[in-house]
Amino acid sequence: MKTVLRLDEIDEAHHDAVGGKAMALARVARTGLVVPQAVCVSAEVYDRFVETTGLRSRIVMEYDRKPFDQMRWEEIWDTALRIQNLFIKTEMPPDIAAALRDQISSELAGCPVVVRSSAIGEDSRKASFAGLHESFVNVRGIASILKHIKLVWASLWSDRAMLYRAEIGLDVSTSRMAVLVQELVAGQKSGVMFGVSPTAESEAVIESVHGLNEGLVDGTIEPDRWIVGRADGAIRSHKPAAREKMVAARSRGVAVVSLPKEKRAQAPLTNREVREVYHTGRSLEEAFGWAQDVEWTYRDAQLYVLQSRPITTATGISQQDNRAWYLSLHRSLENLNALRESIEKTYIPQMISEAESLGKKDLAVLDTEQLAEAIRDRQRIWGHWQKVYWDHFIPFAHAVRFFGQIYNRAVKPDDPHEFARLLPSAPLKSVQRNQRLVQMATAIGRRSNRPAKSADGKHGHHEACEVISDIAAKAESSTLRSLLATTSVDKQLVFLAELAKVAGKKTARRQVGRKVLVERFLGAFPAAQRRNAAGLLDLARASYKLRDDDNIYLGQVEAELLRALVEVKRRSRKAAGLRVATTTAGQFVQVLVDPDFRPSREAHASRGEASLTVKARQLVGQPAGEGVAVGPARVVKQREDLLDFKRGEILICDAVDPNMTFVVPLAAGVVERRGGMLIHGAIIAREYGLPCITGVPNVCQAVMTGDRITVDGYLGIVTVGPAPTDPVQAMPARSAHSVV
Amino acid sequence: MTNGDDLNRRLSKLLSEEGLGVLSTCGQQQPYASLVAFAATEDFSHIVFATPRPTRKFANLAANAQVALLVDNRSRRASDFRLAMAATAVGTVKEVRKAKNSRLIRLYLQKHPQLEDFLWSPTCAVLDISVERYSIVERFQHVTELHLKR
Repeated sequence: MKTVLRLDEIDEAHHDAVGGKAMALARVARTGLVVPQAVCVSAEVYDRFVETTGLRSRIVMEYDRKPFDQMRWEEIWDTALRIQNLFIKTEMPPDIAAALRDQISSELAGCPVVVRSSAIGEDSRKASFAGLHESFVNVRGIASILKHIKLVWASLWSDRAMLYRAEIGLDVSTSRMAVLVQELVAGQKSGVMFGVSPTAESEAVIESVHGLNEGLVDGTIEPDRWIVGRADGAIRSHKPAAREKMVAARSRGVAVVSLPKEKRAQAPLTNREVREVYHTGRSLEEAFGWAQDVEWTYRDAQLYVLQSRPITTATGISQQDNRAWYLSLHRSLENLNALRESIEKTYIPQMISEAESLGKKDLAVLDTEQLAEAIRDRQRIWGHWQKVYWDHFIPFAHAVRFFGQIYNRAVKPDDPHEFARLLPSAPLKSVQRNQRLVQMATAIGRRSNRPAKSADGKHGHHEACEVISDIAAKAESSTLRSLLATTSVDKQLVFLAELAKVAGKKTARRQVGRKVLVERFLGAFPAAQRRNAAGLLDLARASYKLRDDDNIYLGQVEAELLRALVEVKRRSRKAAGLRVATTTAGQFVQVLVDPDFRPSREAHASRGEASLTVKARQLVGQPAGEGVAVGPARVVKQREDLLDFKRGEILICDAVDPNMTFVVPLAAGVVERRGGMLIHGAIIAREYGLPCITGVPNVCQAVMTGDRITVDGYLGIVTVGPAPTDPVQAMPARSAHSVV
Repeated sequence: MTNGDDLNRRLSKLLSEEGLGVLSTCGQQQPYASLVAFAATEDFSHIVFATPRPTRKFANLAANAQVALLVDNRSRRASDFRLAMAATAVGTVKEVRKAKNSRLIRLYLQKHPQLEDFLWSPTCAVLDISVERYSIVERFQHVTELHLKR
């Protein structure tokens, strides 16, 4: 069977080899409508590529690292990045490349093309993959076409595509992809016709823009919209757009450019053209047997059908799945820049000033009613900033991921997470904050004129207490502040003495390597594109820094709420048993306003609750910080556990909360249940050069404080129990190394 | 009597078709068994596998380099008793110096390309069993020994 087929060679027998998009386009061509010249690289070529290069087994290895339904989205994204990097790095075997080169060149000699996905099972009436896989517009030259075919194959393994397949029950491990290579028709106006309006079954909708339709499809450019009666084709309404920009082909790729003035006042389509598009859509509906979404373009008055797929809204599929959410996982550059602007210029300054103004209020002078009101007010403010955080700050984190994707395509690094090394541009807030805390802890020993850790006698105790209240006043972590207000002085002194031991400890910053990587990244682009590449790096750095700093600022607002709760504790014995946390704020208010309220003591999770008759020996997670550490585990299940932390222990926790990173300078390694390479714990661990593993299910139950563990940050393995003295040292061979 | 060439062919087929074998090590007077991905040289004289260092099997190997590796082609059917073949390689282990051009490492990655990242991790040791003999079991209790000349 041929593996590269012209549209006129495709028939129903090829259904499992060419995918929905190519099959539909072949049918469109058979109706006599004009379509761009195209060939389809069948899924058999994908199969041969992944088989002969060993990629198939490597994909399975990555995909099955952890059960898919147990992965957080961040972990799925990391998995996607690793799998996609395998495609980018794996050369096409010469025989496959030669066959593609010959066949594609003979059909589409020299013309710029669009390389589109045509996944098997795609664009059927049961499932719509529209927008989930990649398409590349204006690809020139056969070498570039082959490279982009690999990128389209790789897009089968994007986070959104994997999520969607898992949701609709397609077997991800047997997924395969055909690719459509289509002549680029550089139309002057383009658009989409929706055969049935999502809001009225008797109407069709036509949307159109000047230039290419890529901007319309990804939502960058607002289209003119016509509503047309399905029965008679009459135009019922026309809603013009602002018409400021258009998408145009460049020497390679496409770009959003200003719309020429003369076109701004002019609708992209005449009424005659609206009717022509409508009749084209209706004739396709007749040919396929059900309503279609049709993408089209006009070049020099000739209408071309670019693709046609069944409307899934008409079958009710869209209402049932989360495709829209999966699509929102990827933000456009324009959207990310807008988010940055609002965060840096509006939200962060507002948040800081809000926390400062709350901090100036003296809570001790408030009466009971006023204190209750202050807590309610602070709860409301905390809720507001949490919403801002989820609506604006979290989406901006996508800038790092966007950069990672572009970096890997340009640089083809061995380590798919190498891009993360370029991201720190200034010391992180957490690190600066920890340095100040360590300095203050060091001062305790000096001011109390005795070693802080031997605070078992009375002498010097008073002096030390003064220093602690000074630290509590200046501490920037809300957790530490609340711990210093609620735990015993002896415990605090022991902890601060531990911190003093790491004074002068340096973070693991690798400036030199970073500079080389930046040069390598920028050098991978032609001179004309380097400015854009540098802009993208700058955006990603802002996003990376914010992932740490935003939590600190949010923590300051949280600290102000907690401060009010501590004030209640100070006043009322009834509140003694209550845990100081944002979630218990309501109970503190009740303590103040309801004389009959008796708070129920919160049951703390007991250690070792998972009655382990099974003892963990090796636990697998995701390697998130390179290196190996051997030491005793410190399982942190609640805030109070933090003050027990000793230098050289390995931090085991559910998730490293930004307000608990003050123990990280003490830690020899970090292991957390929550998964991801770019989560806070992983960022801070890498900054300190600590081995780190994330996404280890059940780790807080499987490991006990005091267990001797080995953290293998290269492989993502936590080993519980005796370990070799040096896990990276070769076997102390009585015999020599094998020389085979 | 088993024809030598036939036996070589069957052993070669077994060692190339099977990806996993059961490695036996011994530490603190206690035998221990581990499933490992292996690759064997064409002449059967060397078998290579990889393991992270912080493991029990590696600790055992560091203390005692004598090992056995069982490779079999069971299919979990009743016919296994007559049709399955098992070969136990007995030999001594040495750690392989990691280099891209190592013949053993290339052989291993050719068979298990999915283990490339694992193998190159600094905490992963690549080990070479220098095989002294194979005990080959066929048809339930038919046992042949193959001694390798050194």
